[in-house]
Amino acid sequence: MTLDAVLLISAAIFSVGLYGAISQQVVVMVMMGLELMINGVILAAGGIWWFLAPAPTGQVLLLVIIAAMTVEMAMGFAVATLLHRERQSDMTDMATDLSG
Amino acid sequence: MIADIAFWAIGAVAVLAGAAVFYVDSMARATYALAVSFIAVGFQLLFLQQNYVGVVTVLMMVMEMAIMAVYMVMFMGMNPALMPMSMVHDNKKSLAVAIGTFAFLAAGVLLIDWPARRGAPPADVTSALGEALMGPKMLVMAVISPVMVATIVAGVVLAAHRTRYDRFGDDLKRRPAEDPQPGGIGR
Repeated sequence: MTLDAVLLISAAIFSVGLYGAISQQVVVMVMMGLELMINGVILAAGGIWWFLAPAPTGQVLLLVIIAAMTVEMAMGFAVATLLHRERQSDMTDMATDLSG
Repeated sequence: MIADIAFWAIGAVAVLAGAAVFYVDSMARATYALAVSFIAVGFQLLFLQQNYVGVVTVLMMVMEMAIMAVYMVMFMGMNPALMPMSMVHDNKKSLAVAIGTFAFLAAGVLLIDWPARRGAPPADVTSALGEALMGPKMLVMAVISPVMVATIVAGVVLAAHRTRYDRFGDDLKRRPAEDPQPGGIGR
């Protein structure tokens, strides 16, 4: 159990989440990808806290990351509901008004 | 040694469950795979002596994934488990970006000469966190609270179909209310 091990696992989780966030078409699946990416960040932050600077300050930062994740979920669900009502769709490809 | 093996095993569960999210057909299964990934990360945080954050992660994510499963059922018009179809775009490019990102991050992890540990962990990590939050770091809690309230308000505003402002006008003075279908018992 070393810092390298923790960071490698978190990098793998982050990359899997990145793949999902880029490739998925359904809005809720894109949110799942984002969640996985934040999951990796939580693990990396926890590892760096424990192995490099185990002061309480770092744990407070971890709580902030978890709160950011909650906010992302809540707003994502609200946007998914709005998109479904306005467009009768749940696909990112049908909500490209701002692209390009 | 046993702790090392357990740590790697739980890490493998976290990564594989994360990959399963985008591999399985059923939306419900994808949601539960994500929950498993989060629980595994929560247990890993317990290995890193962060009891409070680890337990909070596990509890919160189990609830969040339960809500997510309901959303999946609500919004997915069809059931991909019964009707297999591809729900991805730019699959190869996404895969390449993900693998490239992992290679980049892993190279950084392995090549960087990480500094030695500064300071020692407090005897009781959880109570130290509580004292930090209620003392010098209280600003963090004070900021998170209004952010959460703003999230609730913004979520309701986005998700609500018709609110009282649609019915009574922007100044709430329109009488009678503009209801597409008059309800009630004819008062």
